[in-house]
Amino acid sequence: MSMHEVNVTVNGTSYTESIEPRLLLVHFIREVLDLTGTHIGCDTSNCGACTVLLDGRSVKSCTVFAVQADGREVTTVEGLAEGGVLHPIQEGFKEKHGLQCGFCTPGMMMRAVELLEKNPRPTEDEIRWGISGNLCRCTGYVNIVKAIQYAADKMGGEEAVEMSGNGVSEADLADHQLTPGA
Amino acid sequence: MIPAAFDYLAPTSLQEALSLLQEHGDAAKLLAGGHSLIPMMKLRLAQPALLIDLNRVEGLDYVEERDGFLCIGAMAREEALESTPVVREKYPLLHDTALMIADPQVRNLATVGGNLAHSDPANDHPATMLAYDARVKAVGPNGERTIAVREFFTDFFTTALDEGEILTEIQIPAPGPRSGGAYFKLERKVGDFATAGVAVQLALDENGHCDTVGIGLTNVAPIPMRAKRAESLLHAESPTDAAIDEAARLAAEDCDPTADLRGPVAYKRAMVEELTKRALRKALQRARG
Ligand SMILES: Cc1cc2nc3c(=O)[nH]c(=O)nc-3n(C[C@H](O)[C@H](O)[C@H](O)COP(=O)(O)OP(=O)(O)OC[C@H]3O[C@@H](n4cnc5c(N)ncnc54)[C@H](O)[C@@H]3O)c2cc1C
Ligand code: FES
Ligand code: FES
Repeated sequence: MSMHEVNVTVNGTSYTESIEPRLLLVHFIREVLDLTGTHIGCDTSNCGACTVLLDGRSVKSCTVFAVQADGREVTTVEGLAEGGVLHPIQEGFKEKHGLQCGFCTPGMMMRAVELLEKNPRPTEDEIRWGISGNLCRCTGYVNIVKAIQYAADKMGGEEAVEMSGNGVSEADLADHQLTPGA
Repeated sequence: MIPAAFDYLAPTSLQEALSLLQEHGDAAKLLAGGHSLIPMMKLRLAQPALLIDLNRVEGLDYVEERDGFLCIGAMAREEALESTPVVREKYPLLHDTALMIADPQVRNLATVGGNLAHSDPANDHPATMLAYDARVKAVGPNGERTIAVREFFTDFFTTALDEGEILTEIQIPAPGPRSGGAYFKLERKVGDFATAGVAVQLALDENGHCDTVGIGLTNVAPIPMRAKRAESLLHAESPTDAAIDEAARLAAEDCDPTADLRGPVAYKRAMVEELTKRALRKALQRARG
């Protein structure tokens, strides 16, 4: 079994490390780089606590091998604030009390960042659909939705683009079986 | 959970991937989105000695119409199906299906090719591709061939792919006029595999009779299956309420679910019956525009 040398840019800093191919990205982030903001909740690809951005797209880092990130960019919750100023999504969670124990929060925020990038003015339904891969055992989600809406307002995004990618538009939801009455 | 140790290679061309597969035989596994394979490796249900990562092979992630087909590169992510306009506009069954698979983060990585190649009867694309009468392209040491999806799922978690073959493309026939489709899936929570799922794709003739109809069922048999008697009952007939009810009854009778955490057999059959009705009605509504 061989070791692999990888170069991964995490939050703007380039790291070169020699790793086993079986090392999961989340362990690389937490244990090799000592960035413990990214959490491990379920370790079974379900809860979203381990969500990070890989080349800008939200992924569950417990279900990606670190070697797959070679030559690519990772953003973790530690990369959100800039120059000591909170990112609007962090400010939103603080202002709207979007967390209780805080365990799900880093993953929620990383997912919300991609959601708002694809759909800068999401409706409540679109937000709920957009964070459906993130579980929270504490809040009941209401304040998480408010926190994301706060960030959307603060970031002053354009009206929802019609094609919102995996933001999933209201039109999709309306024509969809999950909508009551469809 | 830590997978057993393995070696890892990331070819950048299909040719290179094929020769690696050839060289290493069944010690090797292809890695696509990894969202079926990595969880299995973490549970040590899969312990490949070598992973051949397809994620760096260029040009396998397109979703485009070509020569009367929607062609989907094997490495296209579920997210691409959600966000490609032609899918939303002309392939509502496929669009419905993509929206019902897992959750946004999983869909960012999970591939359509992996979903079919994995051949899990709980996966959603098999039923959809059966309903569409889609086909797949595979390349191997002896060149390229096309396999009808209706002949692709040969046994429990087994496909018609030969060892050494790579699935490269999925081809869905472009729906003609008066066509419609829909996917209905019952799940315990968002992101769960189906308790039961029903995919319908149909086309009406000028008299409003069913010209073609495909019905695929999810997670109610050991192998992804078609509801063939229901299809033949509707074929060339007027899809009246009575015909829809009878087709749904046949689908429920013909499926072969097992009791598990998601419910007992009778419940699953009842759900297949109801979901078949709903999917047929929605498909008809869409076909009539
Ligand atoms: C939390 C969670 C929820 C999920 N929910 C759903 C759901 O609701 N519905 C659903 O359908 N799926 C669901 N999935 C499964 C998901 O869609 C998988 O990603 C998919 O089944 C496999 O695709 P992949 O690209 O991840 O393949 P991988 O996991 O990389 O590969 C799966 C298998 O296919 C083989 N393979 C992959 N690509 C090829 C190829 N091109 N040629 C030949 N062989 C190949 C691999 O060697 C492997 O054996 C879920 C997964 C997770 C983690
Ligand atoms: S720890 Fe990765 S999804 Fe739960
Ligand atoms: S705040 Fe505790 S899990 Fe979400």
